[in-house]
Amino acid sequence: MSEGARERFLRHFEELQAVLPGSDQPWLVRMRESAVQSFRDQGLPTPKLEDWRFTNLKALETLDFRAVAASSVPNVPDNVLDGPRGAVGDAHLIVLVDGIVDAALSDLKSLPDGVQIRSLAASITTEPEKLENYLGKLDDPKLRALSALNQALFQDGVFIELEAHAVLERPVHILCLQRSGDPPTAVHPRNLIVAHAGSSATIVEHHLRMSPTQALVNTVTEVFVEEGAHIEHIKLQEESDSAFHLAALFVKQARDSRFRSHSLALDGGLTRFDIHAVLAEPGAECRLNGLYAPQNDEHIDHHTTVEHAAPHTNSFELYKGILDGSAKGIFHGRIHVRPDAQKINAMQTNRNLLLSDRASVNTKPQLEIYADDVRCSHGAAIGQLDEDALFYLRTRGIDAAEAKSLLTFAFANEVTAELPIDTLRRYTESFVMDWLPRSNV
Amino acid sequence: MLEIRNLHAEIGGKEILRGLDLHVRPGEVHAIMGPNGSGKSTLANVLAGQPDYEVTAGEVLYHGKNLLEMPAEERAREGVFLAFQYPVEIPGITNAYFMRTSLNAQRKHRGEEEIDAVDFLSLVREKMKLIEMDEKFLNRSVNEGFSGGEKKRNEVLQMALLDPMLAILDETDSGLDIDALRIVANGVNTLRSEKHAVLVITHYQRLLSYLVPDVTHVLMGGRIVKSGDRSLAEKLEESGYGWIEEEVAKGGAPA
Ligand SMILES: Nc1ncnc2c1ncn2[C@@H]1O[C@H](COP(=O)(O)OP(=O)(O)OP(=O)(O)O)[C@@H](O)[C@H]1O
Ligand SMILES: [Mg+2]
Repeated sequence: MSEGARERFLRHFEELQAVLPGSDQPWLVRMRESAVQSFRDQGLPTPKLEDWRFTNLKALETLDFRAVAASSVPNVPDNVLDGPRGAVGDAHLIVLVDGIVDAALSDLKSLPDGVQIRSLAASITTEPEKLENYLGKLDDPKLRALSALNQALFQDGVFIELEAHAVLERPVHILCLQRSGDPPTAVHPRNLIVAHAGSSATIVEHHLRMSPTQALVNTVTEVFVEEGAHIEHIKLQEESDSAFHLAALFVKQARDSRFRSHSLALDGGLTRFDIHAVLAEPGAECRLNGLYAPQNDEHIDHHTTVEHAAPHTNSFELYKGILDGSAKGIFHGRIHVRPDAQKINAMQTNRNLLLSDRASVNTKPQLEIYADDVRCSHGAAIGQLDEDALFYLRTRGIDAAEAKSLLTFAFANEVTAELPIDTLRRYTESFVMDWLPRSNV
Repeated sequence: MLEIRNLHAEIGGKEILRGLDLHVRPGEVHAIMGPNGSGKSTLANVLAGQPDYEVTAGEVLYHGKNLLEMPAEERAREGVFLAFQYPVEIPGITNAYFMRTSLNAQRKHRGEEEIDAVDFLSLVREKMKLIEMDEKFLNRSVNEGFSGGEKKRNEVLQMALLDPMLAILDETDSGLDIDALRIVANGVNTLRSEKHAVLVITHYQRLLSYLVPDVTHVLMGGRIVKSGDRSLAEKLEESGYGWIEEEVAKGGAPA
């Protein structure tokens, strides 16, 4: 019998074990071994699992992905950065190629005091005690096989630490490039963001295709938002339509902290993004926004979980999907309110615009509310372009194709308008505006 | 300019316009009155190119061209403008962006250069002053949350900006307060010239006292059943439509 995904990834672990960072750190060795065991027990998620009913990773079983060792990542000419840098504009740049930080391509001059942005692998060597406190503390390999896989195989990623009251004015641009190859590559970057009390920063995690071939990325980002800190996290995904993009964002928020996530899933063959926010102390507030725009036979799945673990916590979710061709969108939003968490606001909205009758959406709220003083609202909608609005625009001389683009832009506006970086907002707006293939209207 | 002959149109399998004739020359203002449901908005929509209506017979010539063959956007670019009875709300697009896009679509069609944001702003401000409309409406989403009267004023603003050859106003006066009515009428009057024509659909003679139409028509049962001068509107306001119904029933040929 040929090798399945489980055997393949376990073999990758064997191959890489000697070069994985932290092999001299017992805590990390233990973490990896237990993750390997968890992955061995679970294998890749299958549609038999309730959370994976609509997203099937079967294609990963037969694709012969190859592991990439840090040492084998070749140089990338720096002119490849011109385009992607333009999406975010002026920013502190840290570049990953095939999941490994490339210091030469990065641009981290003029970081203010109290802010650290560096390679996770390097930090494991230089400050292992600190990382031990945070790394892998928010995701659970036993509950999420992809986290197990990431913990077992991650080689690098970005570690950002903001000291108490450090304020980062310019955004951080984490640019994750992945080369193609035959056989295709599989990488598992892991990022860690620790925002100490009262600090603030805007961080863009930008996943970009370098060529239109198959590749797998299985990434995990953990974010600790301590008391009164404010973090904006933007995930900009522009991957090949034959890419497999598996991602997770785990957030833990302390008292009076703010966290906003903006997921811009603009391109990507098969995408799954799990977001898990824990509002651990009173006064914490999170906002999770998303815009997904699958075309052709792309598949984009967002699963969010907001855990109200303390009283006086608020969460707001707004996800909007624009779907064309025979694309598929999935939104699953779980809100969990613990029994002692009173005075809660939890709002969730998911709206979808179907531009083709072959496109489809599965949307589902899952409310688990065990406290009684809770204001919770949720709504989901799936619709088409408003014909009356289309006619209205046309009676003003705007042709049908442009009118459709305008209305699509208008639909996305609620999400794009909240983007905290002007350059990125304009970039996303023009993406949406140019998104409809003209031939299609 | 506009030549409508024996127009029949239906929607959802129901025939609404049943042999409508109308002839508008450049420079003229025509008023169309008629009971609720008689087909006034249907006429306006058919002229603007609403795709849900099916024209089953008759023809419409606009400057000698077959209007019915043109898609809605082309009619607009050729100078036909409809001020909607129920303007549509479009959340997520600012009024300014929307109006500049329309103006540029029309300028491009005429082979003119596109207007940039700065020039557009000064042009639109000038028009807003004319109809006494607050500039804050530029940065709001198109018609979203506008009051009934504000929506109507926004239609007039677009008309003033686009400077159409043939403006069709579908009950633009409904929902306007008395001052607004006068201002809107002034807006329309500034459009008046020997080249422009206006079709005013209304239920009230008040607007007509400001606008003073050249001809007033009564639309009933999908046809123009009577045409006359200003006094027709006054008579209708006094006595309603009953007497015309009787006239039509007696076989009185439409004027
Ligand atoms: N989609 C539709 N299906 C069936 N009948 C329709 C449809 N749309 C409009 N109608 C009917 O067409 C008729 C004419 O409507 P129209 O809006 O043209 O009237 P109107 O003269 O403008 O009336 P009002 O003075 O109330 O504005 C009405 O009886 C209306 O119910
Ligand atoms: Mg009407």
